[in-house]
Amino acid sequence: MEANKFEEVFESKLAKNEMVEPKDWMPENYRKHLIRQISQHAHSEIVGMLPEGNWITRAPSLRSKVVLLAKVQDEGGHGLYLYTAAETLGISRDELLNNLHTGKAKYSSIFNYPTLTWADIGAVGWLVDGAAIMNQVMLQRTSYGPYARAMVRICKEESFHQRQGFEIMTRLAFGTDEQKAMAQDALNRWWYPTMMMFGPPDSESPNSENAIKWRIKRETNDQLRQRFVNQTVPQIHYLGLTVPDQNLKWNEDKKGYDFSQPDWVEFKNVISGNGPCNKERLAARNKAHNDGAWVREAAQAFAKKRKEIYEAA
Amino acid sequence: MDLKTALFNYTLRLGDTNLILGQRLSEWTGHGPFLEEDLALTNIALDITGAAKSFLEYAASVENKGRTEDDLAYFRNDRQFFNVQLTELPNGDYARTIVRQVFMDCFDFYFYQELSKSKDETLAGIAQKSIKEVTYHLRHSSSWVERFGDGTNESHIKAQNALNELWQFTDELFEMNEVDEVLIKEGIAVDLSIVKTKWDQYITELLNKSTLSKPENVFMQTGSRKGVHTEHLGYILAEMQALPRMYPNAKW
Amino acid sequence: MSDNQGPVWEIFLQKKAGQPFVHCGSLHAFDKEMALQNARDLYTRRNEGCAIWAVPSNAIVASSPEDIGPFFEPANDKVYRHPTFYQIPDAIGHM
Repeated sequence: MEANKFEEVFESKLAKNEMVEPKDWMPENYRKHLIRQISQHAHSEIVGMLPEGNWITRAPSLRSKVVLLAKVQDEGGHGLYLYTAAETLGISRDELLNNLHTGKAKYSSIFNYPTLTWADIGAVGWLVDGAAIMNQVMLQRTSYGPYARAMVRICKEESFHQRQGFEIMTRLAFGTDEQKAMAQDALNRWWYPTMMMFGPPDSESPNSENAIKWRIKRETNDQLRQRFVNQTVPQIHYLGLTVPDQNLKWNEDKKGYDFSQPDWVEFKNVISGNGPCNKERLAARNKAHNDGAWVREAAQAFAKKRKEIYEAA
Repeated sequence: MDLKTALFNYTLRLGDTNLILGQRLSEWTGHGPFLEEDLALTNIALDITGAAKSFLEYAASVENKGRTEDDLAYFRNDRQFFNVQLTELPNGDYARTIVRQVFMDCFDFYFYQELSKSKDETLAGIAQKSIKEVTYHLRHSSSWVERFGDGTNESHIKAQNALNELWQFTDELFEMNEVDEVLIKEGIAVDLSIVKTKWDQYITELLNKSTLSKPENVFMQTGSRKGVHTEHLGYILAEMQALPRMYPNAKW
Repeated sequence: MSDNQGPVWEIFLQKKAGQPFVHCGSLHAFDKEMALQNARDLYTRRNEGCAIWAVPSNAIVASSPEDIGPFFEPANDKVYRHPTFYQIPDAIGHM
């Protein structure tokens, strides 16, 4: 087949809502866009283990300790599903990790904010996972098969995460005055960073257009952000907490809330390395990787001795 | 010593050992040597912390003074903890974590088999559930001991160093005192000398297979049965208990 | 592909005894035992299966998209391979 014939097949797959599979022909830009997006997503899961893992040893009850352990482990699993999806596009785990460790690859800006109190663990589960799920639900129908299948599995597993966060918030919001203050403080600090998770406004989002065209994304950043606000505000009211936005107002015409945009200058800074925890997060990932090098080498050497390694065909 | 006091103390010993080991293992979450192994170790931490919760729940009900498992975990001081010292030692490198783990997994594997025959139904029940988990844990840690022992020169040295450093804490696993005496008479507690024989045999074979040597003539540490610990436990508790102690009236 | 993370394995799970093994995803592992253990820890955290196959990724031979026509379309017109092709008298009932 000639090149434009391949392209026709690809376009017709997209038009028919069919999945693109690893061996199918795909435009180079599509492949690149996917590698970038899937690996960013994977890195976010892995780096996201750090701010939450930070509280496992300090969880205030045995029940909350096992729940948090299970949840952070799930995040690791999700990172793993996504790495393997990215690997089907012809990039190795080594390369992917190297891109993360050298700061070449990005991950969600949200994980560069610190988890300062136990309420932050509630806020992360409720708001951050809530926002992530919104994105992920959409991605279950994304055009690249391995990515979509990973998202289906992830969505199924994520369903308890947001509830776990909301349960923590509920206990705090209906607890002692000190606990309630802790909950409000966490909401104040996490509200805008969470809104940033959907990415810059559509007018300034350089990759959105292609992503929509290729059906990698199916809704725009602004659409998802609006939906998130509409869904979350009633939950905040239920908790008896205050949305940290004086401009928040129901707009009957659009059947949704008007709200303030997050500080996009801060967003750009956090993305490009100037957030409060960027350096710590990367240092922690690098340390784990480097400290683990001898472990991986030992496993490799052992497998070779036992002739258990399968050489590339 | 009356039966109830003995049973409370015995159950605390089992609860604390699992709690502190789970606490240490969970420090690895997010920092493992590679992603797949990070998840594997976290699974094990999860099982072990779950067992801690079951034992402490039971301890609280045996005591019957209105305390919960959380009260026991978060509001006792270091001298009131009865976990074996091995569990509280810092993780060190991955070889050290794995060697500590294989010692504990192997102990638990044989211990729970015996405990599952206990006349105390609750203890027997927890043991039956734990056997399945621990069988897997032991398979996991044993295969890593083999990989380290017979992997690279570096991994061999690291594993041997870990063995040499940790061996002095292994005798404590099998110590019996008045608590055990009272309960063994009633068919509740496990005769640890039975476990020791099997443990020795398994570990010896594993080390042979892994080209590692068993440390000899080591002076053995003791203390945890009396609530005497290494300096490390204080720090673990300070971290673990901080929040509930800061807000003693709060519910989480 | 043997990078520093070990080779890639494809994991197949059997949900219940008697059912077919279904592909559920991939992972990295350095040896067979590790592949099995990692599969257990990654893909059966929620009781998803009762048996695991782990297959080195590079041992899998796959058809390519261009094969769709020659491989699969010839089967389209062989309707006589399906039971609905045949008529059984009502009196006979189920066969």
